[in-house]
Amino acid sequence: MSAPMTSSTGPGIRALYAGNARSVMARGLLATRSTNWVIVLSGVFEPIFYLLALGIGLGSYIGDVTDAQGTPISYAAFIAPALLAVAAMNGAVYDSTWNVFFKMHFGKLYQGMLATSLGPLDVALGEVALALLRGAAYGTAFLLVMQVLGLNLAWTAILALPALLLIAFGFASLGMAITSYLKTFQQMDWVQFFLLPMFLFSATFFPITVYPEVVQWFIMALPLWHGVELVRGLTTGALGPEMLIHVGYYLGMVAIGLVFTTRRLRALFLD
Amino acid sequence: MTTATEQAIAAAVKPRRFGAWYIAEHKLRAMRAYRWTILATGIGTPLFYVFAFGVGLAVLVGANAGPSGIDGVSYLVFVAPALMAMAAVPVALEEFMFGIFLGFKWNPIFAGMNAAPITGRQIIDGMFIFVTIRLAMTSTLYYLVLLLFGAVQLGWSVLIIPVAMLTGLAFSPIAALTASFREDRSQFAIIQRVVIMPLTLFSGTVFPLTQLPIFLQWIGWLSPLWHGSELGRELSYGPNEPIWLTVTHVTFLAAVAIAGWQACVRISVRRLDR
Amino acid sequence: MSAPVIRASQLVKRYGDLAAVDGIDFEVAPGESFGLLGPNGAGKSTTMRMVGAVSTRTGGELEILGLDPNEHGPEIRARLGVVPQQDNLDTDLRVRDNLLVYGRYFGLPRAQVAKRADELLAFAQLTEKVTAKVDDLSGGMKRRLTIARSLINDPSILLLDEPTTGLDPQARHILWDRLFQLKERGTTLVVTTHYMDEAEQLCDRLVVVDHGRIMAEGSPAALIRQHSSREVLEVRFGSQRNAEAAQKLAGIGDRLEVLPDRILIYSANGEEALVELTSRGLAPITSLVRRSSLEDVFLRLTGRSLIE
Repeated sequence: MSAPMTSSTGPGIRALYAGNARSVMARGLLATRSTNWVIVLSGVFEPIFYLLALGIGLGSYIGDVTDAQGTPISYAAFIAPALLAVAAMNGAVYDSTWNVFFKMHFGKLYQGMLATSLGPLDVALGEVALALLRGAAYGTAFLLVMQVLGLNLAWTAILALPALLLIAFGFASLGMAITSYLKTFQQMDWVQFFLLPMFLFSATFFPITVYPEVVQWFIMALPLWHGVELVRGLTTGALGPEMLIHVGYYLGMVAIGLVFTTRRLRALFLD
Repeated sequence: MTTATEQAIAAAVKPRRFGAWYIAEHKLRAMRAYRWTILATGIGTPLFYVFAFGVGLAVLVGANAGPSGIDGVSYLVFVAPALMAMAAVPVALEEFMFGIFLGFKWNPIFAGMNAAPITGRQIIDGMFIFVTIRLAMTSTLYYLVLLLFGAVQLGWSVLIIPVAMLTGLAFSPIAALTASFREDRSQFAIIQRVVIMPLTLFSGTVFPLTQLPIFLQWIGWLSPLWHGSELGRELSYGPNEPIWLTVTHVTFLAAVAIAGWQACVRISVRRLDR
Repeated sequence: MSAPVIRASQLVKRYGDLAAVDGIDFEVAPGESFGLLGPNGAGKSTTMRMVGAVSTRTGGELEILGLDPNEHGPEIRARLGVVPQQDNLDTDLRVRDNLLVYGRYFGLPRAQVAKRADELLAFAQLTEKVTAKVDDLSGGMKRRLTIARSLINDPSILLLDEPTTGLDPQARHILWDRLFQLKERGTTLVVTTHYMDEAEQLCDRLVVVDHGRIMAEGSPAALIRQHSSREVLEVRFGSQRNAEAAQKLAGIGDRLEVLPDRILIYSANGEEALVELTSRGLAPITSLVRRSSLEDVFLRLTGRSLIE
């Protein structure tokens, strides 16, 4: 470890960040345009398939569900915002874990970028920004579908879009921080393994009130639950002060993620 | 005939007979590096799903449709055989997509096997033996968890294990498709989203297929998951579907599994002989 | 001489319109070490794959250990060791495990494979790396592991496709030493290479291949005798003046080759040629007398232009 890096943070940050995340993003966009348009497009359909299958298929067995304020809403209107939040999470996690992991260990893309004037933080932020852009596109498409199907119950649904970006940003920065510590594919599998219960239990398909209070507290500590509740509140119009907690939770995630990513990238690439 | 020729003929007797098993042995040994992940996923996945669907969602279904709302049984019992079939799919797909592509491209071990006395057919056969063994492990673990939660009753329902395995194997056309890929251009993510996802969601797994509008039901008829789930339900609590339908399920799954396997063999043999 | 272990006659491999191997004939005797030389794309690797019984020939005859690879692929491969151009070790397995699973492919009992694996790891100087991951090995170590793997079945023929490409000089010399030991033990070696020093080190006899055909055949010494002089005099007059100086060199040596940067004078005695040259009033910037090498033969036969 070199001394100047540890003694002061100022030059440390400058060595990591050249204020040019844009060029990383531009490269990513270019790569997307030339090879991956099918996959980008297919990503739009993923949550829509879920909504159709579960909203219609399962919905007929479940009927109405009550929202946070106790108002009965249709099952489709209940799960649609959750699917939106899950899609934001999945996209962000994929982009910040698998994608980054591959490029870090196999693609040698980062070494190439870092050989230029770009710092690792440019690379990291560029990747996150790209992930957010994609997330915003998917989110808009899905919100439109919800509008057509009459699942947006309040005008506040429009605010779900920035909420999604916040959720995606939170997961992306945390995901990137975790990925930078991982070395093998097996460890990557553990990330997937942790996501499964969060996906299943975070009030996505049923309210957490079906579980005992201890379990509820546990679920409420996990990030996805806050995302689901936030988006659901906005699309159904069941607003409340607790939504500020949800937002705060994600701001915290972003901060922690970025701090650890920066620290780790510095250790990996500069020291 | 010289002694060298005789030696060669003698040396190939065992590889000719057991070659495919040697490949399976190789893959099982390589799997040891992943054993903890596999074990954790193998036990964790059924636990999570049972908690989510059998406990969580069941409350909603029960509240609306009554405690024996679907097929005259509880939601957990209804959904359990389908969950097992669903669990087999990603395991099979992991090997059919990444296992096959890895062997051809990422880490071309198939070429190495083929340089030894193993034939292209034996390599693919070995991969399928390995997948079958992995599926047996996953499905058996799953069954035990379901048994623990009373989602199945010990008896004929044991046969859900081979049914779930067969469901996974019926995704073998994906293996054939993968064997034909030269480069990795995110086809796997596309297959996952465009093929696997609809086949999973519109296949009458967590709700009866008949709940879907008729223009979506055909997807279920083509999906190994629907056939596997229905077959599993018949074995678990017996909703008494007509016998011809049961026969159709078995025939469909076996036919697709065999067709995909044989296609994969043909494509791979041709690809290795360049 | 005993019956050849490899016999190819009019061997052809076509990919569509392209004839990668265009009717070649050669025989390899047991215990011989035989080289296939040629530029990239000459058809060496294709020939190797056909001899390795993994690529079906388009035409001609091929017999390995008295067997036709079309019918008896597994039988032939059971007695071959193959070191491919690109390592295909299993990176999911550790060093020793790579040998264990490979030995099983030949139907060898586990205990026997384990014993042989340890011997070979010692032979390949990898004993300290038995539990290492393949990815953590250096290029030279991976190559030695691949060679160890190819010997797990105690093969009668060892096929090596560019065994030292990409290795540093130390790693190459260790490898050559190991291969020489094998040769001494009577293993038949078939080597492709585009390194002339490697061919001279390893091969008793070789063929020069270009455009899928054999251009010349013989021992390294015989090929040099046949296609080059005993010595070569290299002189430089500076980039601009080489062609001009060459006009005054007529009659010196057996043959003259003018390159952009220097002139090569092929002669039985280089020193004499140099004396003759200076007596004509020419003063080269540098001069060098050296033994003729296989490289001279190779370049003469396959031309100096780049083949990409």
